Amino acid sequence: MSIEQDEIEKIAALARIRIEDDQMADVTARITDILAMVDTLQAADTRDVKPMANPLDAVQRLRADEVTETNRREEFQAIAPAVENGLYLVPKVIE
Amino acid sequence: MHNHTVAQLMRGLQEKQFSSVELTQCLLQRIAELDSRYNSYVTVCDERALAAARAADAQLASGSSGPLTGIPIAHKDIFCTTGVRTSCGSRMLDNFIPPYDATVVSDLSAAGAVMLGKTNMDEFAMGSSNENSYYGPVTNPWDPTLVPGGSSGGSAAAVAAGLAPAATGTDTGGSIRQPAAFCGITGLKPTYGRVSRLGMVAFASSLDQAGPMARSAEDCAILLNTMAGHDPRDSTSAERAVPDYCADLDKPLDGLRVGLPKEYFGAGLDSATAACIDAALKELEQQGATLVEVSLAHSELTIPTYYIVAPAEASTNLSRFDGVRYGHRCDKPTDLNDLYTRSREEGFGDEVKRRILVGTYALSAGYYDAYYRKAQQARRLIANDFSACFEQVDIIAGPTTPGPAFSLGAKSDDPVAMYLEDVYTLAVNLAGLPGMSVPAGLVGGKPIGLQLIGRHFDESRLLNVAHRFQQSTDWHTLTPVSAPSSAQGGVA
Repeated sequence: MSIEQDEIEKIAALARIRIEDDQMADVTARITDILAMVDTLQAADTRDVKPMANPLDAVQRLRADEVTETNRREEFQAIAPAVENGLYLVPKVIE
Repeated sequence: MHNHTVAQLMRGLQEKQFSSVELTQCLLQRIAELDSRYNSYVTVCDERALAAARAADAQLASGSSGPLTGIPIAHKDIFCTTGVRTSCGSRMLDNFIPPYDATVVSDLSAAGAVMLGKTNMDEFAMGSSNENSYYGPVTNPWDPTLVPGGSSGGSAAAVAAGLAPAATGTDTGGSIRQPAAFCGITGLKPTYGRVSRLGMVAFASSLDQAGPMARSAEDCAILLNTMAGHDPRDSTSAERAVPDYCADLDKPLDGLRVGLPKEYFGAGLDSATAACIDAALKELEQQGATLVEVSLAHSELTIPTYYIVAPAEASTNLSRFDGVRYGHRCDKPTDLNDLYTRSREEGFGDEVKRRILVGTYALSAGYYDAYYRKAQQARRLIANDFSACFEQVDIIAGPTTPGPAFSLGAKSDDPVAMYLEDVYTLAVNLAGLPGMSVPAGLVGGKPIGLQLIGRHFDESRLLNVAHRFQQSTDWHTLTPVSAPSSAQGGVA
């Protein structure tokens, strides 16, 4: 399955990664190589095989819904790029 | 003493041959003098290490010491360390100072280990050569023109060069075993879930596992005794008792059945490397093991399966790096989308971006069944092959890598060629099995690793076989000539 440049642009938008115009051809070529390699999997007979999500076939462990952690907001916000009054700052979202 | 094993250093400290401060100073001095050649550390914690060493000496004097009191170790820079930058080899986390310790770090520190610093690695553990680091490549102490392997290349090089007696690593597709093989040291990837993943920056959550890298199987056993165990804060951590991994080290190998997968000895294997592995297997045979040919019939599916599953999980895990809460943020974002896309463009390197894009593609609407679901099905076929083998044999053995370490730059422009380097290690992660690499010879002066693969949670058996092998061979004791034996003024 080959991939077109406009598809790479779509995926990059989904992944929230900007790709410079002058990089696009190179990125497309590399991704095409990788997809050509992984496409060899399409020939495998996997009919009726149950997908394996966890190598021990373990299921998600649940715990009681109790407060176990303390509030450490200040420590966590100390490493944030921009905060104000205990809130994370981002560019204006709503005009 | 910089070339001593952890076991030897423990005895030296107990018998007061030297103090932890002397040992730590010796290693810090070697790092200061020699690491410009290897670039194995990204952060060295001189003052913190000496303070911990002084505390360890006080504990040793008062008889209140733990199992690793005063033993210096290095941590791969993927493990969160309170107050010490944890970069994961990425510009994205170049400014990240975690407010908490990974469980691996807190457990080793509670056992008395002294953290020397944080080791270099491929960015977000994605790579097989340690050339994908924001802090520059690591070189192989055996030959500075060669790669040390990856992604735990800094840990492997530091141990090989005598800049740490042992180090932590992580292994998602071979990232402990392959650099251990290339640098002539011993590395163990435990069973999935055996060691906590809490505080270990996530790459592919169904594959990631932390383990020890050291100079002997015995040292790996000593470290695993502290690292293994259930962590209620990691929901995939195994709820199983931890055996004493040192208890069975000396057990004779009589009656051991060793499976040799014919797919691991085929056309892709370098002939001189194959000769080293054959000689190592003969040694096991001489000690009473029986060699049995087995088949892992779906081996050819391993690389494509891995390179769907791992990037898919990575694209999900790495979505957390958004320039908002921590990590790199671009200058003057014009709007929220610009903040996300430019912070991620600037923060991630090329290989990380490629894997995020491939993973996003594999998970996107219309492709999910053809890629991700298909890969998860193939994953089961690969895992089933191992289960069938383990009905006939106790362990599986073969080469860790197709050949010895390759030259810096040889494969860095060709991602697919780089992926093929991990052909013998990836399946172990897909099946969640424990795997080891043990030094088994030199080819043209370059180390070769013997890979041992065990049943789930059978680390004791791997360590036993590796230890017995090391009792009758000396490959693990060889050190590279590029790492001088005495640093100026050291206590060595």
